[in-house]
Amino acid sequence: MTDNNDAGGMHSRAEEFLQVFKKGAEFTQGLLKENERLRFRVIELEQHHRAETPLVELQLLKDRLQRVEAEKQEILDKICSVEQENLSFTNRYAEIEAENNLLANLYITTYQLHSTFEVVEILRIIEEILLNLVGAEEFSLLLREENGQLLQSTINESGLPQIAEVEINDTRILAGFSEGRNWLASPAEMKQLGANEAKAVIPLLVDGDVIGVLAVQRLLAQKCGFSEIDEEIFNLLGIHAAMAICTAILRHGNEGHVNFRQGFLSRA
Amino acid sequence: MSEYRVLVVEDSPTMRQLIVFALKRIRNLHIEEAGDGVGGLKKLSAQKFDLVVTDINMPIMDGLKLVSLIRNDPQYKDVPVVVITTEGATEDRDRALALGANEYITKPIQTARIMEVAKKMLGI
Repeated sequence: MTDNNDAGGMHSRAEEFLQVFKKGAEFTQGLLKENERLRFRVIELEQHHRAETPLVELQLLKDRLQRVEAEKQEILDKICSVEQENLSFTNRYAEIEAENNLLANLYITTYQLHSTFEVVEILRIIEEILLNLVGAEEFSLLLREENGQLLQSTINESGLPQIAEVEINDTRILAGFSEGRNWLASPAEMKQLGANEAKAVIPLLVDGDVIGVLAVQRLLAQKCGFSEIDEEIFNLLGIHAAMAICTAILRHGNEGHVNFRQGFLSRA
Repeated sequence: MSEYRVLVVEDSPTMRQLIVFALKRIRNLHIEEAGDGVGGLKKLSAQKFDLVVTDINMPIMDGLKLVSLIRNDPQYKDVPVVVITTEGATEDRDRALALGANEYITKPIQTARIMEVAKKMLGI
């Protein structure tokens, strides 16, 4: 009995073990299948990813290129703008230099003309201004007496001032006396005018009256016309040279004395 | 910053004033003036200069003589010399350059030209 019972128990346990083993085998089979499926999936995904990656990268690169292109255009625009600004500054600088040159010339002309009471000095300064600042090699200083007599003033070899009656035929100089307006030859006129004809006529004005005329007969070889600076210097000379000459002559007429009291009270 | 010393030799007060006016616009420049070549040489012997600007046509001693004396004196033969010529013609200019002048300016003078030449000669 006992043996039969033992054999029955063992059989039952073996059956049980076989069942468990079967289930284990089925489970393992299932795992292997799942593993296989997942491996295929992984391969699929990898292939898909591989196929997709260049497209994404390409898009990214395209976006980046677009941004860089935009930046490049922005920089080019800025360079263009800076270049224009630079050109504008260069032009402005040239203008300021020209203005500065003009002001320097005018300042020095005025300063020198009013730096002396000596007629000879004034004539020398006028000559220097015309030669060095304008480039006039030969000129005449003509003065008109109250009776209408025209006089030409010069400095002789001893450095003394000379004045002599003169007859003027140059119509432009005569027009300068009668009209009191500057006349400067244009480049075209310059070519047609004779060697002794005036190239510029500058009336010397005091209180609107023409007391004389500066006539430029010849310019330096390298100078073929008048510039804006020349015109301004002539405008200034017309007033200041006249005033300097008159002041010097009046002072000499008063034996070199300046009587402020008499001067002020005579007009009071 | 070191100071440059410039000697202006010019008999005409108008021109001298204009040259000095232009040179004063350059920073760190000390300017001395002389009315003729003799006065210029006196100043040169008394102090060191980095540049000489001289007119050619001057009384007592003209600019050409001054250039010649400067170039033949070991003491200041290396000092740059700029000459100012009245004529645009080449005669005076060529003579000055042959004697050793470094640069020239023709009249009528432009302040910008004086500054440009002075800066070039001084290397600033």
